[in-house]
Amino acid sequence: MESLGNIILYFIVAIAIIAFSVLTVTTRKILRSATYLLFVLFATAIIYFQMDYQFLGAVQIAVYAGGILVLFVFAIMLTHKPGQDADVLASHRRWLGLSAALGGVALCGYGLFSYAGFIGKSIAGSSVDINMEKIGQFLLSTDKYGYLLPFEAISVLLLACIIGGVVIARRR
Amino acid sequence: MDLTLYMYLIPSLIMFGCGVYGFITRKNMIAIMISIELMLNSVDINFVLFNRYLFPGQMDGMFFSLFAIAIAAAETALALAIIINVFRIAKDVDINKITKLKF
Amino acid sequence: MPLSLAIIVVVLPLVMFLFLGLVGVKMGRKITGVIGVLAMLVDTILAYGVALTYFFGSGQGQIVDGVRQAVVVANPAWLSFTDTLVVRMGVLVDPIAAMMLVVITTVSLMVHLYSLGYMSDHDGNAEKGFQRYYAFLALFTFSMLGLVVATNIFQIFVFFEMVGLSSYLLIGFYYSTPAANHANKKAFIVTRLADLFFLLGIMILSYYTKTFDFDQLVFGPTMSGSLETAQSAISTTGGATFMGCSVVAWALTFIFIGGAGKSAMYPLHIWLPDAMEGPTPVSALIHAATMVVAGVFLVARLFPLYVLVQGAMNVILVVGAFTAFYAAAIACTQSDIKRALAFSTISQIAFMMTSLAVSSNNNSLIEIHHGQGLGYMASMFHLFTHAMFKALLFLCAGAIIHAVHSNENSKMHGLHKFMPITSICFLIGCLAIAGIPPFAGFFSKDEILVAAYHRGLGWGLWMSMVACMTAFYMFRIYYLIFFWKKHEVHDEHHAPKDQPWTMTLPLIILAAISFVAGWVPFHDLVTWDGKALDTSIDYTVAGSSVAVALLGIGLATIMYRKENPLPERMANAMRGLWTASYKRFYMDELYQFITHKVIFQGICVPIAWFDRHIIDGFFNLLANATNSLSFGIRRLQSGSIQVYVYVYLIGALLLGALTMIFVLF
Repeated sequence: MESLGNIILYFIVAIAIIAFSVLTVTTRKILRSATYLLFVLFATAIIYFQMDYQFLGAVQIAVYAGGILVLFVFAIMLTHKPGQDADVLASHRRWLGLSAALGGVALCGYGLFSYAGFIGKSIAGSSVDINMEKIGQFLLSTDKYGYLLPFEAISVLLLACIIGGVVIARRR
Repeated sequence: MDLTLYMYLIPSLIMFGCGVYGFITRKNMIAIMISIELMLNSVDINFVLFNRYLFPGQMDGMFFSLFAIAIAAAETALALAIIINVFRIAKDVDINKITKLKF
Repeated sequence: MPLSLAIIVVVLPLVMFLFLGLVGVKMGRKITGVIGVLAMLVDTILAYGVALTYFFGSGQGQIVDGVRQAVVVANPAWLSFTDTLVVRMGVLVDPIAAMMLVVITTVSLMVHLYSLGYMSDHDGNAEKGFQRYYAFLALFTFSMLGLVVATNIFQIFVFFEMVGLSSYLLIGFYYSTPAANHANKKAFIVTRLADLFFLLGIMILSYYTKTFDFDQLVFGPTMSGSLETAQSAISTTGGATFMGCSVVAWALTFIFIGGAGKSAMYPLHIWLPDAMEGPTPVSALIHAATMVVAGVFLVARLFPLYVLVQGAMNVILVVGAFTAFYAAAIACTQSDIKRALAFSTISQIAFMMTSLAVSSNNNSLIEIHHGQGLGYMASMFHLFTHAMFKALLFLCAGAIIHAVHSNENSKMHGLHKFMPITSICFLIGCLAIAGIPPFAGFFSKDEILVAAYHRGLGWGLWMSMVACMTAFYMFRIYYLIFFWKKHEVHDEHHAPKDQPWTMTLPLIILAAISFVAGWVPFHDLVTWDGKALDTSIDYTVAGSSVAVALLGIGLATIMYRKENPLPERMANAMRGLWTASYKRFYMDELYQFITHKVIFQGICVPIAWFDRHIIDGFFNLLANATNSLSFGIRRLQSGSIQVYVYVYLIGALLLGALTMIFVLF
C-alpha cells in the first residue's frame, strides 16, 4: 500500500506530464512550447525520484532541464522575433499527425493491456539503494554489468559532438 | 491503492504520442526538435520503469537512460547548431522551405 | 590519239563538278560559267579525238577481219565481294559508246555555252545559283559519260542512279517554286520505281549467269556483239523458269522497265512533261538528248540477249509502238511549247525502242538477218540525230521563252519577224524531225521505217502514221510560235529579239549538225556485231515516208499558217478526243487517283492509322503508364522528413499489429 503522499504526487505528475506534453505540441508560440517542455522534464525527474533513482533525476534536471532547455531558448531567441506565432495548422496535416499519434497510442495501449502480464505489478514497500559509489563503480567496471565500454564510447561521441558543434557554428 | 506499472506507463505513452504528433505536424524545426525531446524522454521513463519494476536488483535501465540523456544532449546541441546555421543562410526555420538540398 | 583518253573524257566533268561545286562560290558567277564552258570544250575535243580514233584511226586494231571490236581501256575492280563476285568500274569504248561520247559532249558543250546567256537576265547579269547550276551540269555530264562507257551492268546501274540524281537536282534548280519541287520529286520517284525493277533484273540475271560483265554476257571472243555468247549466257540459267517464263525473260523485262522509266515509256512517261519545270537548257541536255535515251542505250547494250528472248522483245515492241503513237497524239494539242516538245521526245524515243524491238522475230536463229541488224543501227542512228535536232529545238524554245517570258504559245505568235535566226533554226529542227531530206532525221527515220516494214506491214504502217503525226505537230508548234498572227508588242523597248551570241551560236552549230548528220556512215560504224552493214536507200519506203511527212506538214500549214477558225472547228468537232489529248489522256489523273485514292487512302492511311494508334498507342501506353506511375511514386519521395516519419510509423505500427496477431496469439 502506497503512502498517500506518493499517490497524490503521482497524480500531480501524471496530470502534469499529460497536460504539458499536449500543450508543448499544440501551442503556437515556440517559446511557450519550450517552457512546457521544461515542465514535462521536471515531472519526469520527479518520476525518477519516485523510483529511487536520485542520481538519474539529478542528471535529468541538470542536463535536460538545465542544459538542453537553455540551448533551446537560445536557439529560439536567435531565430525568432518576439511574439511570432506559428501558422494555424492545415487540417490535413493535423489529421496526419493525429492519426499517427492516436494509432500508435491505441496500438501500444492495447498491446500493453492485453498481453503484458506484469502490468499490474507494484513496488509498494520495496526500495533499492543506489548510491553514487555504486554507480561510479559500475560505470568504470569491466566486470559483468560493467559499463566502461559504453562510457568510453559516449565520451568519444561527446568529443565528436563538441568538435562538430564548433565546426558548424564557426563563422566563415 | 498501489501505484502499478501501467499507471506510469500511460503518461509516458501519451507523452510519446504527443511527440509523434508534434513531429509530424510542426513546421518549425525547433519545435520538431522539442517533439523529439518529448519522445526521447518518454523512452527514458520506460527504461527506468521496467528496470525498477521488473528487475529491481539491476541498474541496466537506469544506465541506458543515463546514456540516452547524454546522447540526447549532444544531439540536441548539434542539431540546434545546424538549425541556426541554416537560419543564417536561408533566413527561415520552416522545414518545408529549406529545399536547397532537395533533389 | 590514244583511246585511253576516254578515261580523261569521263573524269574531267567530275573534276569540274568538284571544282565548281566547292570553289565556285568563292569565284564570280560569270567566271565560273566560262571555266565550265572551257573545260567542256576540252572534254568535247578529247571525246571527238577518241571517237575519231576509234572509228577511223589505225593501229589500235579495232577492226579485225572486218569486225569492229570493243576496246576495254581500263577495268579496275571497285568492289570485291568474293573471288567471283567483283564489281568493276571500267571504261569501254565500242561503237555505241564512242557515238554516245560524241553526242553527250556535243550537246553538253552547247548547253554549257547556251546557259551563259540563258541563265542571265537581259542585262547580262548571271542568276543566283549560277555556280551550282554549272556544277550540276558537270555532274550530269560525268554520270552520263560513266553510264555509256560502263563495262558491266552494275556500273550502268550506278550511273543510272547518278543521272537520275543529277536530273533531280537540275529539275529542282528553282527550288523555291513549288512546281519545280513537285516535278523533281515526281521525276525522281517514278524513275526510282523503275530502277527498282532494273535492280531486280540485274540481280536475277547475274544470279543465274554469275557475272555482271558485258564481255561474258554479250561480247564474243572478238569483243563485238555475239549471239553465241548471249546464247551461252542464257544457257547457264539451265532453263530455269518462273511463272511460265524463263528467268532470263523476266530479268530482261525488268531491265527494260528500268530503261523505260528513264526513257519515259508509257506508262512511266508521266515525269517527263513535268520535268520541263527545270531550266530549258537542262531540258535540252537531259530530257531531250541524253538521259532519256539511257533506256534505249541499255537495251542496245544488251541487244544480243534481247534478240534471243522474244518475250521481252515483244514487250518492248508493243510498249514502244504504243508510246510513239500515244505521245504524238498528245503533242498535237499541247499549248505549252516545252511540253509539246517533251511529248515529241517521248514519241521519238519510242521510235528508237521500236526500232530495236523489231529486230527479233525468231527464237533460235543464231544468224541474224539483214532487217534485224538494220533496226539496231537505225535506232542508234536516230538516237544520234534526234539528240542533235531535239537539243536544237529545245534551245530554240529556250531562246523564245527567254524573249517572251512565257511557255504558252498564245503569248508568242508571229515571232518570225522579231527572231529570224531562231525561227530558221527552229524550222531546220522541225524539218529534221519531220524527216524531210536532206536533213538528219530523214535518214535515221527512214531506216527505222525500213526495219519496221521488215518486221511486218502492220508495224511499218503504224510507224509511218506516227511519222506523219510527228510532222504535223512539229509544224503546228512552229507555225503557232512564229506565224499564225501578228505579234502584239506592248512596249517597243521590250520587244522580243534574237538572243545574244552565247545563245544563238549553239543554235547555229546544232542546226548545222542537224543538216549534215544524216550523211554520217552509221551502217559502217555502228552495228550490233561490229560488221559493216550493207544498206541502200529503199526508195519505196523513203518515198512514202517523205510523202507522209509532207502530208503532215501540209495539213499543219493549212490549219496553222495563218489565223483561221479551222483548228477551233476541228477541236469542236472532236471535242472529247481533243480534250482527252489536251489533258494527256488523263494519265496524270489516273496516277493521282491510284496513288492518292487507292494507295494513300486505301492502304497507307489505314496502315498509318494502325501505326499511329495501335503500335504507337501501345508504346505510348507503356510510356504513359510508366510516367504516371513515376509521378505517383514521386509524390512519395517528397523530401519532407515528416511524411517519411509518418510512413515509417505506419509501417512500424502495422508490423507491431502483425506481431500481435501472429506471435502473441
